Amino acid sequence: MSGQLKEVRNRIKSVQSTQQITKAMKMVSAAKLRRAQDAIIQMRPYSQKLQEMLSNIVSSVSGDVSMPLAEERITERVLMIAVTSDRGLCGAYNANVIKLTRQVINEKYPEQFKKGNVTILPIGKKGFEFFTKLGYNVVSDYWNIFSNLSFESVRGAAVYAQNAFLRKEYDRIELVYSQFRNAATQVFTAEAYLPIPKVEQKAGAKNVDFIYEPSMDELLLELMPKILNTQVYKAVLDANASEHGARMTSMDKASENAGEILKALKISYNRARQAAITTELTEIVSGAAALQG
Amino acid sequence: MQLEILTPEHKVFSGNVYGIQLPGTNGSFEVLDNHAAMIAALGKGKMKVLVDKHNTDVYEISAGFVEVLNNKTSVLIEDATALA
Repeated sequence: MSGQLKEVRNRIKSVQSTQQITKAMKMVSAAKLRRAQDAIIQMRPYSQKLQEMLSNIVSSVSGDVSMPLAEERITERVLMIAVTSDRGLCGAYNANVIKLTRQVINEKYPEQFKKGNVTILPIGKKGFEFFTKLGYNVVSDYWNIFSNLSFESVRGAAVYAQNAFLRKEYDRIELVYSQFRNAATQVFTAEAYLPIPKVEQKAGAKNVDFIYEPSMDELLLELMPKILNTQVYKAVLDANASEHGARMTSMDKASENAGEILKALKISYNRARQAAITTELTEIVSGAAALQG
Repeated sequence: MQLEILTPEHKVFSGNVYGIQLPGTNGSFEVLDNHAAMIAALGKGKMKVLVDKHNTDVYEISAGFVEVLNNKTSVLIEDATALA
């Protein structure tokens, strides 16, 4: 009887320590999430101003400017930039990014994939491991950006993608990541990265008579890569915040589940203890009764 | 005039200044109070913020843009290293 009791006690102990770990992980994720959100907020004024400049210039440009980064070619080779995380234990987060990446390949580029012309640029260890294991073509220079997340390291990946596009190594580049909404919701998106989608001339744009240095066309050519860099940086920051959000919710669920298991275990522990006491009592009572005989 | 220096990672500078010297792609230039509206590309070089007539902050930048509009100057750069 006491053997069973001990067993239950040990299980309770182990579930308790698991719960402690999941609780701690949740707290850590919450703190990291805050920092990740701060980084997004810090980046916002920069990217807004950049967009503003772009629309200012575009609204004053009369004809079309030929931009090599916007060149539409026949799609033969495709690069997918997939942003996952370095670590697991964050629910279905990584699985969803990978699933969406493969879905986009299956739906939009099945021909190219059959010819082996689809390459993946994974950011984050999980995606890198997954795609390498499945034998995809992988660009493996940029997967460890998250170990030291800075604009500098993200720009390396963005510049690589732009240069490879200009060298005609890829005709189309897509960016798959998870947009950050709030701690509980991530929106998994695939967006076209290159060639640059046509910039619409907004009718309502204010027409200020700017002095352009050196010239409008050259400015546009300079501005475009910077905007593309920020686009990847934003995707990576969003993915980072999403990861911590996803981990926070999944660790919260795990702590909750541990609590439920603990409750059930405690009930069975008490029941076993009570049963042991009852049998012991019956033994004593019946022993005494036999003596009195 | 009002000056804002922004990078993707943080706001480097924000406040009222006397003027700013910038390394344009076609040579260095200076923006003072009531400069005309302008958008310019910046090259590699030193950026000098003239906080007032005696104090200056110097930064090393590699590339970026500046927009001047209604006495408000915004400098967008990807990285700025402060020089003492």
